[in-house]
Amino acid sequence: MAAEQKMTYETWPASPEKQTLEAKNKFLGFWFFLGGETVLFASLFATYLALKDKVPSSDMALAKDLFEIPLAFIMTMLLLTSSLTSVYAMYHMKNFNFKKMQLWLGITVLLGLGFLGLEIYEFNHYVHEFHHSFTSSAFGSAFYTLVGFHGAHVAFGLLWITTLMIRNSKRGLSLYNAPKFYVASLYWHFIDVVWVFIFTVVYLMGMVG
Amino acid sequence: MATQQPNSGNPRVDIEYRRKKSAEEMKHQVITFALMIFLTIVAFVAAGYEGFSGWFIVPFILILALVQVIFQLYYFMHMSHKGHEAPAMFLYSGAFVGFITIIAFLTVIWW
Repeated sequence: MAAEQKMTYETWPASPEKQTLEAKNKFLGFWFFLGGETVLFASLFATYLALKDKVPSSDMALAKDLFEIPLAFIMTMLLLTSSLTSVYAMYHMKNFNFKKMQLWLGITVLLGLGFLGLEIYEFNHYVHEFHHSFTSSAFGSAFYTLVGFHGAHVAFGLLWITTLMIRNSKRGLSLYNAPKFYVASLYWHFIDVVWVFIFTVVYLMGMVG
Repeated sequence: MATQQPNSGNPRVDIEYRRKKSAEEMKHQVITFALMIFLTIVAFVAAGYEGFSGWFIVPFILILALVQVIFQLYYFMHMSHKGHEAPAMFLYSGAFVGFITIIAFLTVIWW
């Protein structure tokens, strides 16, 4: 099936994300990238665990002084829900419903923006209320590198999905752009996978002590 | 490629069948989502509850996280579908190397 072929509801295949050679390569290459990302984040987690609460003086804030359950919980819910909305978007993509796919991707982007806004508030709060900054301690460096790197992934994911939505807004779905949407949604889920470990290892384990 | 299409000879019937199948899958994914929300709430409650010791809470919430990630990978990221042998190999290799890294960093500060 050629990528540029004009598709209809009747001719749209069952796996539109893997029809062309380019799409198959994209799929494989992207999962290879995710394997690498796993190693990258694992090394940041390892660094964080090794340097957690390593501060130069005893009056500096530790993990148990910093983190609060409500904020971490709201952020988790926002990101988790955005994962479901992007599943909805891919469901409509498979049913060749471009408008609904765009709608759910738009909701995903809004939820992601909400998450990012809260994270910016959170970092700002730590720096100004607790003097917990990137350069204040080894703990601070490890914390902002790990959580900030995840935040940067969210920001990049938002730009990626928004760009795809705008670029294809007048084109509709084709076998050329379906894999692009699919891969972007995989990236978005992966961001949520990383966040599950962040809220567990950084926030919850931080509050436990 | 055409072999991936269900082929009853009647395109209308095939589409109906596929729509039904993906609606079914969507239902499973909503259930998965509900379970993930539930696991998240359990993890937050366990961490916030004063009565448990850290020796119980930490392994417990780590297991909850692992279960939730498996849901995410296999249902939301479709790893349960056919044709995901190479992705599984990439991901598990990454997770293996990552696990060794974490063990190495943790043990190096313990002793």
